[in-house]
Amino acid sequence: MHFTSADYWIMVLLLTLVIASLSMLFIKDLLHAVIVFGVYSLIMALIWLLMNTPDLAITEAAAGICTTVLMMAVIFRTSRKEE
Amino acid sequence: MRDFILKRVAVIILPLMSIYGFYVILHGHVSPGGSFAGGIIVGLSFITYSTVYGLERGKVKLPERILTLVESYGTLWYGIMGIVGILKGAPFLSNKLAGFNLGEPGSLTSGGLISLLGIGVGIRVASTIITLFYAMGEEES
Repeated sequence: MHFTSADYWIMVLLLTLVIASLSMLFIKDLLHAVIVFGVYSLIMALIWLLMNTPDLAITEAAAGICTTVLMMAVIFRTSRKEE
Repeated sequence: MRDFILKRVAVIILPLMSIYGFYVILHGHVSPGGSFAGGIIVGLSFITYSTVYGLERGKVKLPERILTLVESYGTLWYGIMGIVGILKGAPFLSNKLAGFNLGEPGSLTSGGLISLLGIGVGIRVASTIITLFYAMGEEES
């Protein structure tokens, strides 16, 4: 099995992706959880880029930022702490 | 939210964001990107304006009445472009069967119906995103 350097980058990024998505479950502060969700979508966009699908990378980056902004607008109108 | 540096940086960034969004929409069929991603970028530029300068000024710049019109006519434009395929004697939304080109990389006007479809989808997605932000950002207690 021969790995290129892009494969090792994808492994590291996937590991970070798992850590980010698991930590979103356990963070009690919702603002911090939204920021970690932004990290998640950024890493996902990088993985799409390394897998030679720049189309999906652009869409993922734009949609991730958009949902992050919308969730942040909701948090500023409601409570920040999880009940 | 009324920071001086934030306002000056927004003045520099906002036109570039809008132009880049329309670039991604118009080149959606020959380069990476597409009408969905471009529409989100155009919508995010208006969301940035509303966030930095306040929701009231954002609603003056782009009222909800105009957003409703743009959203409806974007969908109608998509339907009209689909019916063009029927008028040429081919199935709904057909491009190659109706005699148009499928597009080649690097040539902007080679897309046939796809680029015209993309404009409708792009402005529709942009207005939907802005409507969502207005609905969530309203002061309501």
